[in-house]
Amino acid sequence: MEWLRVRRHIQRNMLAYIAVIPMALTVFIAYMGTMFWSVRLSLTSSRILPKYDFVGFAQYERLFETSRWVTSLENLVIIAFLFLIICFVLGFLLSVFIDQKIKAESFFRTVFLFPYAMSFIVTGLVWQWIFNPQLGIQSTMRNLGWETFTFDWIVNPNMVLYTVVIAAVWQGSGLVMALLLAGLRGIDEDLWKATKIDGIPTWRVYLSIILPMLRPMIITTVVLLSISIIKMYDVVVAMTMGGPGIASEVPAKFIMDNLFERGNIGIATAASTVLLTTVLCLIAPFIYSNYIKKSR
Amino acid sequence: MTTLTSTLNAKTRINQHRSVKTRWGRVGIYGFLIITALFFLLPLYVMLTTSFKELDDIRSSSIFSLPQSFSFDAWSIAWSSACTGLECNGLQVGFWNSVKILIPSVFISVMLGAINGYALSFWKIKGANILFACLLLGAFIPYQVFIYPLIRVYADIGIYGTLSGVVLSHVIFGMPIMTLLFRNYYSGLPQELFNAARIDGAGFFKVFFFIIFPMSVPIVIVAVIMQVTNIWNDFLIGLVFAGNDNLPMTVQLNNIVNTTTGERAYNVNMAATILTSLVPLVIYVASGRWFVRGIASGAVKG
Repeated sequence: MEWLRVRRHIQRNMLAYIAVIPMALTVFIAYMGTMFWSVRLSLTSSRILPKYDFVGFAQYERLFETSRWVTSLENLVIIAFLFLIICFVLGFLLSVFIDQKIKAESFFRTVFLFPYAMSFIVTGLVWQWIFNPQLGIQSTMRNLGWETFTFDWIVNPNMVLYTVVIAAVWQGSGLVMALLLAGLRGIDEDLWKATKIDGIPTWRVYLSIILPMLRPMIITTVVLLSISIIKMYDVVVAMTMGGPGIASEVPAKFIMDNLFERGNIGIATAASTVLLTTVLCLIAPFIYSNYIKKSR
Repeated sequence: MTTLTSTLNAKTRINQHRSVKTRWGRVGIYGFLIITALFFLLPLYVMLTTSFKELDDIRSSSIFSLPQSFSFDAWSIAWSSACTGLECNGLQVGFWNSVKILIPSVFISVMLGAINGYALSFWKIKGANILFACLLLGAFIPYQVFIYPLIRVYADIGIYGTLSGVVLSHVIFGMPIMTLLFRNYYSGLPQELFNAARIDGAGFFKVFFFIIFPMSVPIVIVAVIMQVTNIWNDFLIGLVFAGNDNLPMTVQLNNIVNTTTGERAYNVNMAATILTSLVPLVIYVASGRWFVRGIASGAVKG
């Protein structure tokens, strides 16, 4: 009897099943199929051409002996840490200040969010010009008469990461502002009246009451920003090409270089498996709590 | 009347009292906002002013100064004769390539997103939630994980390095966010509407095209804005899948700027950069709150 019910269910919903075929193909072939394929390749000795032998974790061992990869991971951690903190603090301050019934609110909102509409390539290029010692800030200060003024972060291996962070913050903090502002606008006026009566200072209300209330928004923002940092590729290509030397190398670029320029499929797929694992650990709980549990 | 005036007076007094206390706070708020706004506008200012300068002007002054004379030469060079490698046809090639990529990609991905969202929220499909979860997961995974196997698959079916290849990639990678947008929107529509149509005997596509889709105008606008911006700004997918004949504008821009030999024509480069960001900028300014709505309701960037 059971199979009859199943058959009737399928017959009645036949077109719905057919309509989700593109989605199923995307998930099973384009996402999962290629993902397993990449993981499989990372266990082979593939170089320019793929081979389907099995060498265990040899590629991973090679990968973590490659200083370029280790540097790019360290860079990623530094960039992500600074980017998240600065973006978050700046975005939160902006959203709180904009929420103070200020004049020209829509002007400020437009200005803070427009970089988010720009591509990473444009972001990278324009900041590269501003930081370029022969063209940008340094040259301007010297032209003004301050002959010894030095601002060469972008060509300085110890400082170049901070220029990437500045460019990324410029692009991304508007997103934090927009999302948190939407959260602030959703807070009940009564809360403000209540805290006024109790005489709690405004800054204290924001830190101890509002911030915890915005938790879901904050988690979403942090996840979005972290993912964009792990994916970071275009902005580095446009800004520094990973240089000077390997000082601003990032994992996404390391993988692309090994795939297309160095002909090192084994290492590239091992590196992408490492990224994949990181992302999965970061977001599996987030996706579950945010999207699945809320389904009706 | 008198009571009203006296209340008003009392209010003004309170406000005056408060304003003395908070005046410095207001100054601080505006000061911070204005300084931050300047930081945000600085790159735009530099690009605009430099693009109007002559090369001599750039050499002799700073990039933060205003141009001594306005010249549109850099703009026309950037558009029609800037060089990428050996070819010197300007950015217009990339612009039209981007348009060719954009139109089918946006159309297909928005339609598919709408149908997916509709199927997921109104129809009972076994395993739909798991499928959707896997789809969303895909939005977060770096493209580098998929790229190499995808190239192999494309090469096997003969679309690697073609327009169809790059369009298909945009459809694949845009699907999570599009499906999410429409699914969330449709979950807010009353189920009774759907039930009534079903009782009248309308099938899957009839309900979709005659009842659900006509009600989706707001979310379609949001979806189109998001996809146009995302696809226009894409670099990686275009670089990998488009092939040399279809390189989008962002890739060509990067080639023009980063492969020049000899003296760099910064005015041309900056004009080219503005030209490339013109489409998303215009959309952003024109769409205003719709853009923000897309970010807030989707909150996933592919």
